[in-house]
Amino acid sequence: MGIAELLIKIALVVIIFLVSLVIAMYSTYAERKVAAFLQDRVGPDRAGPFGILQPLADGGKMFLKEEIIPTNASPFLFIAGPSLAILTACIGSAVIPWGQRLTIGAYTFNLQVADINVGLLYIFGVISLGVYGIMIGGWASNNKYSLLGAVRAASQNISYEIAMGLSIIALLMTTGTLSMRHIAEQQSGFWHGHWFTWNAFSQPLGFLIFIVCAFAETNRSPFDLPECETELIAGYHTEYSSMKMGFYMFSEYINMFVSSAVMATLYFGGYNFPFMHHLGLSENWVSILGVIALFIKIFAFIFFFIWVRWTIPRFRYDQLMDLGWKVLIPLAIANIVITGLVITFLK
Amino acid sequence: MEPLSNKRKVLEAKPLNFMERIYLPAIFQGLAITIKHFFRKPVTIRYPEEKREYSENFRGMHSLKRDEHGRERCTACGLCALSCPAEAITMIAAERQKGEEDLYREEKYAAVYEINMLRCIFCGLCEEACPKEAIYLDGPHVPSDYLRKDFIYGKDKLVEAPLNQ
Repeated sequence: MGIAELLIKIALVVIIFLVSLVIAMYSTYAERKVAAFLQDRVGPDRAGPFGILQPLADGGKMFLKEEIIPTNASPFLFIAGPSLAILTACIGSAVIPWGQRLTIGAYTFNLQVADINVGLLYIFGVISLGVYGIMIGGWASNNKYSLLGAVRAASQNISYEIAMGLSIIALLMTTGTLSMRHIAEQQSGFWHGHWFTWNAFSQPLGFLIFIVCAFAETNRSPFDLPECETELIAGYHTEYSSMKMGFYMFSEYINMFVSSAVMATLYFGGYNFPFMHHLGLSENWVSILGVIALFIKIFAFIFFFIWVRWTIPRFRYDQLMDLGWKVLIPLAIANIVITGLVITFLK
Repeated sequence: MEPLSNKRKVLEAKPLNFMERIYLPAIFQGLAITIKHFFRKPVTIRYPEEKREYSENFRGMHSLKRDEHGRERCTACGLCALSCPAEAITMIAAERQKGEEDLYREEKYAAVYEINMLRCIFCGLCEEACPKEAIYLDGPHVPSDYLRKDFIYGKDKLVEAPLNQ
């Protein structure tokens, strides 16, 4: 790897890091604004025009708050919890292909940090690590509510990871690769032969299971049992204050962003958009438009996350487990069987 | 038991049918309802910049009125204090001196007139009781403040501005 490639990779890493942080910041703003509109309110509009500086004000407030570590908390783990949460949230975006190739001068590079051939497995590994941040934080707080929230988070993530993995297996049977870039490339164009190329159209049931599990994995409503305000007073981050609390919130929103990107890449064509090969533009321009298309898809998913949060009430815990074990897992297995039959007999 | 009215509705807990059990139709129904509200005009307003119009019979802060020559109408009869169910009004009466005819309409006037805005329930009985049409609850909301003593409004806040100003 030459020095130029290294610089490009570093630049890409920095850009993706900053973009995920900014999107996470503005997701909090979008959350409050969309919630307000859905409830016929105005929403935050004091900081700057339309309140667009609100996330900065919130961040500044978070930094200036007093840092409290409870006396009976285990100090090392108490700090390790939010650090791990934000770390695992940030590294998930490394394997996502943000666009096609870009050529600058003599250099041609992929808009992706790491095109590893087990990209999908990497994402699953990172997602399953994500629960440790919550578990460690909840346990280290030495507070019964936090512990309950942490236990809920752990069992919820374990339950839904199975269904998520099974829904992905059906996808892998059709794509035949674990590399995120290859999966995205296979969905190039919009219409091929006699059917859509996007995986959501060939795997509708798998997509449905995946999106339900994504809601559960990111602890978003209606699966926000680990942090439900009414029963567990914010659950695993009850004892957290200041920027450590901010890290937990941030990691939730970055997770939302990353899982939106994963869903867009796996099921909605990633950076591909309809008629991309018929515009007659140079490859660089198509790549840039592809990045924009991917981000539009991601924002649509983030909006959907928020929209669902302000529509559906929270599940009861036994209903959550019922849905995970008795509905989603059998459905995912049936999906695998159906996919296998279709592949064997129709192609 | 005999029903007291015919409004009673018997609810039966039927087991959910298949469409209800897969939740999704209900979820999409809910999503459709919330997205309709997304495009609706908000019912709240940006308060300090925008204000709602008060209704015509809104009862707000009290004001002590003057007559057409700018003299205070109140004669300190005490009927408002007597009618006040919250006992929010106190006053000290004084006799009008020579040369004060352009200040007070009657021979007796209120030297001190205080309303405790924390006690007042804005029922409007004082304005009903007043024989001189001297007190009306036609002001805006009572503004917030930090100390209890600052909610006891004296004549400086209650009496209308003089006519020539």
